[in-house]
Amino acid sequence: MATQVRYVEDSTRIQEPEAGPSGLWSWLTTVDHKRIGVLYLVTALTFFAIGGIEALLLRVQLSQPNNAFVSAATYNQLFTMHGTTMIFLAVMPLSGAFFNLLTPLMIGARDVAFPRLNAFSYWVLLFGAILINFGWIYGGAPDAGWFAYANLTSPAYSPGMGVDYWVLGIQVLGISSVAASFNFFTTIVNMRAPGMSMMRLPVFIWMTLITQILIFMAFPALTVGATLLMFDRWFDTNFFIVEAGGMPLLWQHLFWVFGHPEVYILILPAMGIVSEVLQTFSRKPLFGYTAIVFAGIGIAVLGFSVWVHHMFTTGLGPVPNSIFAISTMLIALPTGVKIFNWIGTMWGGALWLSTAMLFSIGFVAMFIIGGLSGVMHASPPVDSQHQDTYFVVAHFHYVLFGGSIMGLFSGVYYWWPKFTGKLLHEGLGKVHFWLMLIGFNVTFFPMHWLGAIGMPRRIYSYGDGLNWEFWNMVTTMGSFIIGISFIFFIANVFITLVLGDRAPDDPWDAPTLEWATTSPPALHNFDTIPVVKSRMPLWTDKYPEVYGHESEPGEHGDPDLPDIQTDEVHDEIHLPNPSYWPLVLAIGIVMLFAGFIFTFVMSFIGLALMFISIWGWALEPAFGEADHA
Amino acid sequence: MAANHVIEHPTSTGLDNRKMAMWAFLASDCMFFGSLITVYLVSHGRAMVGPFPQEIFDIPFTSVSAFVLLMSSLSMVLALGGIQRGNVQRFRIWIATTAVLGCVFLGGQIYEFTEFHHAGLTLESSIFGSAFYVLTGFHGTHVFIGVIWLLSLLLASFKPGLVIREKSLNVEMAGLYWHFVDIVWIVIFTVVYLVEA
Repeated sequence: MATQVRYVEDSTRIQEPEAGPSGLWSWLTTVDHKRIGVLYLVTALTFFAIGGIEALLLRVQLSQPNNAFVSAATYNQLFTMHGTTMIFLAVMPLSGAFFNLLTPLMIGARDVAFPRLNAFSYWVLLFGAILINFGWIYGGAPDAGWFAYANLTSPAYSPGMGVDYWVLGIQVLGISSVAASFNFFTTIVNMRAPGMSMMRLPVFIWMTLITQILIFMAFPALTVGATLLMFDRWFDTNFFIVEAGGMPLLWQHLFWVFGHPEVYILILPAMGIVSEVLQTFSRKPLFGYTAIVFAGIGIAVLGFSVWVHHMFTTGLGPVPNSIFAISTMLIALPTGVKIFNWIGTMWGGALWLSTAMLFSIGFVAMFIIGGLSGVMHASPPVDSQHQDTYFVVAHFHYVLFGGSIMGLFSGVYYWWPKFTGKLLHEGLGKVHFWLMLIGFNVTFFPMHWLGAIGMPRRIYSYGDGLNWEFWNMVTTMGSFIIGISFIFFIANVFITLVLGDRAPDDPWDAPTLEWATTSPPALHNFDTIPVVKSRMPLWTDKYPEVYGHESEPGEHGDPDLPDIQTDEVHDEIHLPNPSYWPLVLAIGIVMLFAGFIFTFVMSFIGLALMFISIWGWALEPAFGEADHA
Repeated sequence: MAANHVIEHPTSTGLDNRKMAMWAFLASDCMFFGSLITVYLVSHGRAMVGPFPQEIFDIPFTSVSAFVLLMSSLSMVLALGGIQRGNVQRFRIWIATTAVLGCVFLGGQIYEFTEFHHAGLTLESSIFGSAFYVLTGFHGTHVFIGVIWLLSLLLASFKPGLVIREKSLNVEMAGLYWHFVDIVWIVIFTVVYLVEA
């Protein structure tokens, strides 16, 4: 039994992990998934704050009629960058932080399949984020909306540099996401600990896996769309130029073939987090594990067949509209299955209302509201009334803020002690939660009414006497409550990092593998690779009288389990070597793209850097000498 | 795999990590070319000015260059067979052949582009020109990257210990990519060229 999970007998036990390397160079060359996860987390929260400030500026402008706080041009830049930032630079990287931090730990691995590719994904994300924001200081920020509809983006209608930054930045960010998706896909499929069969994977890992497949199948459509737009703008092609036979509507198809799966790319990781948190704090196993997993797969498959519901008003005709209305309504089924699973998990549980749990319950409640207004939009006649009004803005904020952001914050509170070794303060956390929940509803619920009485989205100002004044003012006040709630979070982070309680290894008495190691985990994650015997490895070990039957051999089919002699595998621990090539390659790629704006000389230098760094990457040894743990 | 003594790390599925990631990449690239081919097809017949496809396509010429690319898949298989048997000399001959055939294909494409350009078809002349050059150009770029990859392997085989039987997976990965690019050309050749004939 030497290779059994080293479970925690005592949830207050604290083990000091060995200190890793330190200094700036060690961060620039790191290939450790936990450090890269921290980089993702810090980057994502920074851009979440930037996107939030952009939102507050928008709300100040709209707080009263005929306001002149910002100009129309600035307003366009602000709403474009608010959407782009929140989607590509806040929610996706925040999910990416959890993929990085948790995937190897939850499946019982020492790192991801390709540690250097992982570092590469992060650096490309960072440089892409800087490139897409560069217009704020030079040449003007993107201003054609986050979905950049043709032919508003054609050289004739967007002569400035804003769209240039957007179209190049979005391609760079796509490279980051797709590279990371290959990595996590391979890691989850290939690097599971002995006994960790697919149907024993934590639900978060299942949702991560599905998200990766969505990313690498959906992003190519956006890449192609952005490439065509780039050719239209730099090389005078005619893809979206009506006079030459081009089709602006083609952009909408390409964009939404990507854009709707993207919605699930944003929400599925949060759904995975919530599934883990609800299980732990309800003190009972997730209700209907198999149903949740297959509902996730169903959502992903259907997600590729619903993109036209973003285009009901473009005049495609009754037949396409009807088909896509039906497929859109069908998505409500797997989503509903999940919601009942979460409620079933809490039902009869011994609920522990920690901050993480509150955020997860908030997620379920807010997501139901957003889901219901989503089903309304599945009907083309109803959608025709809502299209381009604040009703739609209310809907997608309920799923993306009330959904994704709530779920991701739940994950932040839940896993924070695992990776920092410090517990966040529960009192401050609860203030954060309640302020955010109240502020969120005060902000976004009135938008349903504003939309229903006809207020269009993306207007920088509106006239007197339309009956929009009151609810716009309420909405603006709500948005500042959200802003204040975030200040409580930031304060919580800094105060507890300095003064907070030292976190035990397993503060929540949780069931999954990441809690079997130290807080923060050692560089090599596990001293011995655990052998997994159930879906809740720690609970079956800690409470054999309650969950012992879960670990009956062969329940989920493990023909290969008895054959694996784990002792052989981890006599020696091979850790990946630090490498600067991922950073150099990322610099090369961003120079290649940025050269389109500045000078093509830059592009050629970028290409040369890419060529050199790929050679350097291929020739350097990926793993070091054995490190005896 | 054990029979070939190829170094592969034990994985949950038995398939090497690099190969698993490569298949994921190819799935993604399928969506990329699928989108580009769709763009070409929906743009078809919308060009307002000539030259039009039927006027400039030289089907016999492109058939020859397509045949050359197809044959390069054969030589790729022979190169992989060589290294899997530990015969570096045979590997070098066939990997060089593959790269040369790839270059012949690229030369044919450059010739074709030049001819079309003289006939008045440019990126900006019509929607047909835009869609044709971008689709076939991206395929050509894939072939070009493949040629560099093959030449890199050839070069690496002169350094001891890099391209050996135990590491034949490195060659197999290039082969997967090369065959995929070949298959894409079969689709492009059919839907772009042959349907016009």
